[in-house]
Formats: sequence, C-alpha cells, structure tokens
Amino acid sequence: MSSSTSNTSTHHTSTIGAIGAPSRRNTELALLVFAVLIPVFAYANVGLAIDDQVPTGLLSYGLGLGLLAGVAHLVVRKFAPYADPLMLPLATLLNGLGLVAIWRLDQSKLLQQIHVAGGKATNQLIYTAMGIALFAVVLVFLKDHRVLQRYTYISMVGALVLLLLPLVPGLGANITYGAKIWIQVGSFTIQPGEFAKIVLAVFFAGYLMVKRDALALASRRFMGLYLPRGRDLGPIIVVWMMSILILVFETDLGTSLLFFGMFIIMLYVATERTSWIVFGLLMSAAGAVGVASFEPHVQTRVQAWLNPMHEYLLSRNGSNDGLVHSEQAMQALWAFGSGGTLGTGWGQGHSELIRFAANSDFILATFGEELGLAGLMAILLIYGLIVERGVRTALAARDPFGKLLAIGLSGAFALQVFVVAGGVMGLIPLTGMTMPFLAYGGSSVIANWALIGILIRISDTARRPAPAPAPSPDAEMTQVVRPS
Amino acid sequence: MNKPLRRIAIFCGLLVLALLIRDNWLQYVKADSLREDPDNRRVLIARYATPRGDIIVDGKAITGHAETTSGDFKYKRTYKDGAMWAPVTGFVSQSYGATQLESIEDGILTGTDDRLFFRNTLDMLTGKPKEGGNVVTTLNAAAQKAAYDGLKKQGGKGAVAAIEPSTGKILALASYPSYDPSTIAGGSDSDAEAWKKLDKKNNPDDPSLNRALREVYPPGSTFKVVTAAAALENGLYKSADEKTDSPLPWTMPGTTTPLKNEGNIPCKNATLRVALQYSCNTVFGKVGSDLGNEKMLEEAKKFGFTEEQFTPVRSSSSVFSDDMNPSQTALSSIGQYNTAATPLQMAMVASAVANNGTLMKPYMVDSLQAPNVDTLEKTEPEKMSEPLSAENAQILQSMMETVVQKGTGTTAQIQGVTVGGKTGTAQHGENNSKNPYAWFISYAKVGDSAPVAVAVVVQDDNAVRENISGSGLAAPIAKSVMEAVIDSKK
Repeated sequence: MSSSTSNTSTHHTSTIGAIGAPSRRNTELALLVFAVLIPVFAYANVGLAIDDQVPTGLLSYGLGLGLLAGVAHLVVRKFAPYADPLMLPLATLLNGLGLVAIWRLDQSKLLQQIHVAGGKATNQLIYTAMGIALFAVVLVFLKDHRVLQRYTYISMVGALVLLLLPLVPGLGANITYGAKIWIQVGSFTIQPGEFAKIVLAVFFAGYLMVKRDALALASRRFMGLYLPRGRDLGPIIVVWMMSILILVFETDLGTSLLFFGMFIIMLYVATERTSWIVFGLLMSAAGAVGVASFEPHVQTRVQAWLNPMHEYLLSRNGSNDGLVHSEQAMQALWAFGSGGTLGTGWGQGHSELIRFAANSDFILATFGEELGLAGLMAILLIYGLIVERGVRTALAARDPFGKLLAIGLSGAFALQVFVVAGGVMGLIPLTGMTMPFLAYGGSSVIANWALIGILIRISDTARRPAPAPAPSPDAEMTQVVRPS
Repeated sequence: MNKPLRRIAIFCGLLVLALLIRDNWLQYVKADSLREDPDNRRVLIARYATPRGDIIVDGKAITGHAETTSGDFKYKRTYKDGAMWAPVTGFVSQSYGATQLESIEDGILTGTDDRLFFRNTLDMLTGKPKEGGNVVTTLNAAAQKAAYDGLKKQGGKGAVAAIEPSTGKILALASYPSYDPSTIAGGSDSDAEAWKKLDKKNNPDDPSLNRALREVYPPGSTFKVVTAAAALENGLYKSADEKTDSPLPWTMPGTTTPLKNEGNIPCKNATLRVALQYSCNTVFGKVGSDLGNEKMLEEAKKFGFTEEQFTPVRSSSSVFSDDMNPSQTALSSIGQYNTAATPLQMAMVASAVANNGTLMKPYMVDSLQAPNVDTLEKTEPEKMSEPLSAENAQILQSMMETVVQKGTGTTAQIQGVTVGGKTGTAQHGENNSKNPYAWFISYAKVGDSAPVAVAVVVQDDNAVRENISGSGLAAPIAKSVMEAVIDSKK
C-alpha cells in the first residue's frame, strides 16, 4: 500500500487548498484490517467450540473476506478518496460477523434437518461479493449523487413496481409465515422491499427538494402548529395510503413503518416543520391500529409481542383457531436471557431452538446468546455509528438533495435496525425484516451495500475540498506538517 | 436544514438507546429468570450435557451413563441391574423427569447443588467441564440381591425391606415385579414405548410401583408384635410367661361374632409367648380391645405408624385408625380391619425390638460426595423414638425367638445365629376372596448385636391357597437376606 499512500500525498499537494480535509483513506485501511481480522478470529472460535479444531475453511474464508474488503477499499480510494472512513469498515465488520453467525448455525443438525441451515454461509459469501460489486458499481458510475435527482419520477414508478411485485400472482412467494414481501424468480427469492428502500429515498429526496418551499411556507398557524394546506397534504396522504396498502396486502408492519417513517423524516428535514412529525405520528398510529383491528396476521404478531409465552404454548400444544402461531418470539427471548452478560461464547449457545428464520430475521438472538449483553451492545453501537456517520454526511453535504438523500437512507437504516432488533428483543411487535448485513439473505446484503455506496458517494462529495481561490503561503506550511 | 438534521440525529440516537435499554433489561435484569425458565429447553440441554454422578452401593456404582446418538441431550442414564435397584434409585429420564433418589439428590448428581458452587466456579475458571457428584447409599448389595432373587424365584408380587437396627441404615429395598429404568432413560421412540408399557393402565402388574415404600398391605399376624409391645409397655402383662386372661372361644365385645384362630391351637389363657408362637388371634385380639384404641394407636405411632418416612425417599404412611370400637380395635390389633403397613414399616417394628426398644430413623443415603469424592454431607444415625423399654424389648425378643425355634417361623432358622421373627397371613379381597398376603418379619442376632431386621411380603395370586403362609413363602426370603447381611459382615 506504500505506493498508493505516496500517491495520495501527491494528490494532496497538487489539489488541496486552505480548507482541505485529510482523506482518511489510511485510517479506513487500518480499520478494515480489524474489520476482517475480528470475524476471522470469531470464525476460528466457532470451529474450536464446535469441533475442537480450527475450521478447515478458515484460510479461504479469511482470504475471501479480506479480498472483498480490499477491493472495496481500493474502489473507495480511487473513486471516492474523501469519503467517510468509518462506514466501509463498520459495514465490513457487521457483514463478516454475520457470515460467522450464519456459518455457526450451518453447523446445527437441527437446522440442517429443517433446511434452514447448511451451506448458507457460502451463499452469503457469494451475496456479499455481489453486494460489494454493486457497491463498486455505484462508486465507479455514480460520479456525483446529484445525477440521481434526474430520475426522481422514474424512481417513484420503480419503487411502486418493486413494492407491488410480491402481490403479482405467480411472482409472489409465500415463504415466511404470513408476510408477503418476497418474490420468486426461478430458484431465487428476492425481497424487493430492500431495494425499494433506496429507490424510494431517491424519489422522496428529489420530490421534496422541489416542493419543500411550498410545503414549508404555505401554511396556517393553529395552536402553535403550522397546519399544511389541504392540497399540500396530498403527497403525505399518498405515501400513507401506500404504507397502509403494504400493511394490508403484504401484511408486513415493518416495511410499512419503514417507508412511512422515512418519508416523515425527510419531510421534516425538508420543511423544518414540526407539524409534519405530529401528523405523521397520528397517521401511522391511526393506520396501525386500524389495520390491526381486522388483519389476523397483524393481530397474532401483536399477541405474540404482548404475551410470547402464551403464543409459545399455543404453538407447542397446537391450537385450532386457524391462525399460525409461532414459538419464535419466546424462543428468541430465552436465547437472549440465556446469553446473560457475557454470553455463552461462539458456538456454545442453542439459538437453533428458534428453528425457522434462526439465521435471518432472528440472527440477532444468536449474537445475544453467544456474545451476551456486552457483544450485542457492541453490535447495536456499530449500527448506531453507521447511522451517525450517515447523519454526519447529511450535515456535511452541501446540496439539499444530498442532504435529503443521506438523511433518508440513514433514517431508513436506523428505523430498520430499530424495527428488527426491537421486534426480536420483544420491544415492539415482530416484523418480517432482517438486520442489515448480519442476516442471511441476498437482497438485504446487496441492497445495503448499495446504500452504503451511495452514502459514501455523498460523503465524498461533501468532504471533497472546494477548489481554493488562491493558495496562501500559510496554507502551504500547514499542509506540509499534516500527517497523512 | 441542519437544525432538523441534528434533531433527527438525536432521534436515531434515542432509537439505539431504546434498544440498548431493552437489551439490558433482557440480558441483565431478566437474564436469570429467562435462563432458568423450566420451559426453556436449554435447562434440559444443560442438565444432560454432562455425565450424571452415580449412585453407589458397597463402593460400586449401580448407575452409569451413555452418550445418546440423536437429539440435543448428550448423555442419558444407564443402570446396572436396573430392575433390582429400581426401588432404591427411582429413575431419571430425558423425557419423563426423575423420581425418588434420582429426583431428591438431583442437585448433587447433576452438579448444580449450591454446595458444589465454589468447586464449579473454580472448574469454570480452569476450563474443566462441570461434573456431577455421587450419592453413596447404605444398601448392602448381597442383601439386595438375595431379596430380589428370592422374590423373583417366588413369583407373584412382593417386597422386601431390611434395616440395620442399631443405625437405621436401609440394607435392602426390593420390589417385584420391577422394571429396568434404563429402558426409559432416553428420549427415543423405544423409550416412549417402554414408558407406555409401564403405565398401570397397560400393565396390571404395575412394575414401576415401589412396593417396599409406597404400597401398604394389611400386616396380618406380624402386627401382633406391636400388640405384644403395647401389652408389655402398658403393664397389661408383665412377662412373656404370665398366663393371660384369654377365654376360648372369645366373642368380640359389642358383637356376637367369635374371633377365630387358624386351626385348633392352644390359645386358652395362653401366655404371650405361646400366643405369639402359635399366632393366637383370640389372645392378641382381646389384648387390643382391653387396651383400647387410644393406647394401641399410641404404641403403633411410636413404631412409626400414621406417618410418612423420609429415607429421604418418601414412604407411604402406614395405617392404624383412631376411631374404632372395641371389636374393630381387636381386629386391628391382629393386623386386619383398617390396619395396613408398608414393608419398611414392618421392618422398623422388627428393628426396634432387635435394637432393645430404640427405633432408629431409617435412611438410605450414607453420604453425598463431590465429583472428586470429597464428602459433602454425611448422614448420622438418628434416634426416632423408643417404642418399648430395653427390658420389655428383651422379653419380646425372647418371644420372637421362640416363634422361630419352635413356632410358626421355623423356616427362618439359621445355623449358629439367633433369629427372632413373626409370620403373618393377611386376608384381603371382598370377604377374603383373594389369596392372602404372606408376611414375615424378623431379625438376626450375632452375639449381642443385631446386624439386620427384615420384613418380607409376598402376594401370589397363582399359588394354591392352602400353601400360602408367611412361613412357607416369606420366611425363606427373609432368611436368605439375613444370611447375606451376616456373611457380608464376616
């Protein structure tokens, strides 16, 4: 890497002006080394715990992850040199740990018997490679995120199509209990909602950037709140209706909440009007309660959340009320509780008892049980850091579209983490989404790598030094002593 | 736009904070209750993850463990001579829980007992896997084998309990027919099938019943030992050879029914010795009715009647009623009517007489051992009561010895050993329709000490009715158990 280091320095001297920021690429590289090494040790740890030997795949696994991280780093170094240095290592670390947990669950005979596990880690590594490839494509071909602004309305159509795909007869795959958020293409299942998240953020950002003045200024004051004009309510009602439709027809509370929440966040940022938040909360509450009052699938989820033990017993002893009961919620709670403060250690827990979706929706329970409170808090904080870097990118972005897009993507990421982790931990009702990067599933990994790619692109644009009008001698001095 | 952005940043921070708080709630505050929730399968997985400690008799383990091939429970229990030892061990099964000793000493056997906490913590730090401790019993392998083989040879159903009178140590505890707990220890289909076969509904023999502790039988004439003790203790008669006030035939008070003796035996005004020798119903029935319900009950209670015994395995409580009229008391005093006793109870009666009137609390766990065989707890012999004075006990001993020398119990004689005993043939069934229970209780004395007291009950529905007697069916088993104990002391 010495050549590229000197390369960057040359780059600095030639282009950086007085307000230049360090590129931080070497920081990123150093962090990446850790982000690869930690999962490699974890992988060895699983093998030692389960088979008393270092797993035979350690070298290929380590090289694979290292190679992917290396490629991603080189692409960033070449095409987004001023990008945020934390996002890539954090995402790599989560992705690597997710691979370890998936491989660990692959070893479970119980999960192999019910075809939930077995060879899934290899698949996930392939998905990761595809994700990194998409990440690279984003950085190589999307030279400036503002280009996306041109595709505002195409994005709207695209997002709608993606969201409605699972409802198309013959395409929709009903593989999770109840929630219809998957489509089947050949032998692959795709979760279009993960991609819709990004496309929708592009649409909202483009749309709100144009309309924000109208939405923000034309309003009446009433009881301290700025009430929007009736016709300005149009878009929010359309998005709300869409969320409700998703909830009713795809019976997925998580996706619905995610999109509506993302829109409210972006609307609030665009207009700086608190009233939108109030409206948003009222509308989502009305929607959720309204749908829950007649949709049995949502009702079971709420029941399982309020009384997981009752649901467990219903599932165990069989009930003939025509609803699908699942013991997963209670099994997940037991997994967390059994992990305790320090956890059982890699490979020594029994999160396979969750059975179905143990390595996807419920993978957080494996982390909770085997790494304990300490490990899980670290994981949650890593997610928090990614979100924080995303928000920081939004703050640093110089154009409103970039700000909106960055906050939309980071907000959606944060909401998804909250909805999934909160669901698995029993804080809120369970939904059919997965933890970004950790969980098994191609769509999720690929889409989230693309999301990180876009955030990195925006942060690169944001942190890229503006061309200096006239370099002063002082600036030259400052630059010489700066470590790089 | 930056002001709302900062607020969104705070909002996202709050979301993460909510997750962190929830995580702390789950994995710190609620961790223990979730971890130890009996519905949490991890509790069972951990229970079977390490080999269980053993139950030990005469320095040898009568239990073992085997690795299971299927499922998530690693080890299952195995038993050596499981059917013979089942009344001692009970069972522990991956599917059906644990009973008796396996259940009571579960903490020691699985290694989760608090007394092993320090050791477990050390093991955890040094990386050693958790081990279970051992339960050392008081049983005598030779006596147990003699008891079980005797019952098996006899056929039918039956039970044996043997005690060391001076300490209360249980030496033998056999029940027949029995079952091998190994067959239900696992979680497989064959275990489930074996379990189903053990169910009383499918198996009228009820092999999983611990007859030595958990079944009460009318003790018949063996109860006359208790009645004799009551007569001596209450001063009704002062010696074994004093003539009693016993008319023949004797009509029970308040009735017109004469109490019958078995055959034509010299019971008129017979001494207690002769009455016990020939097993006179008239003499002991009248003693009981003369003393009255209250005094008889008091004496029976001193021997342990009406209370459950915890050896530590619980025994059923033996019955002597407290609301009887004189004729009912008379019948009860010869071990009929409501009177019912566990084999352990009748062994305690023989044991108290043999130990010069002092009844020791019966127990079967000698000590609990840590995995490295350090003793964690040792059971000390404990006096339970004094049903009769040493003087009266010796009078009763000489009477019981007469029974074996020249009375109904001659089949229990052992060369060179003083044996005292009492036979019993208890009626049962509606109007005495079923084959009676054959009883024998006895003790053996070597020199001044009595190493063993034993009670045997046999119920043989297939035997010819006339051949059933305590002397014929039960006494030979008692004899072989006593011999086994005496031989093992040499």
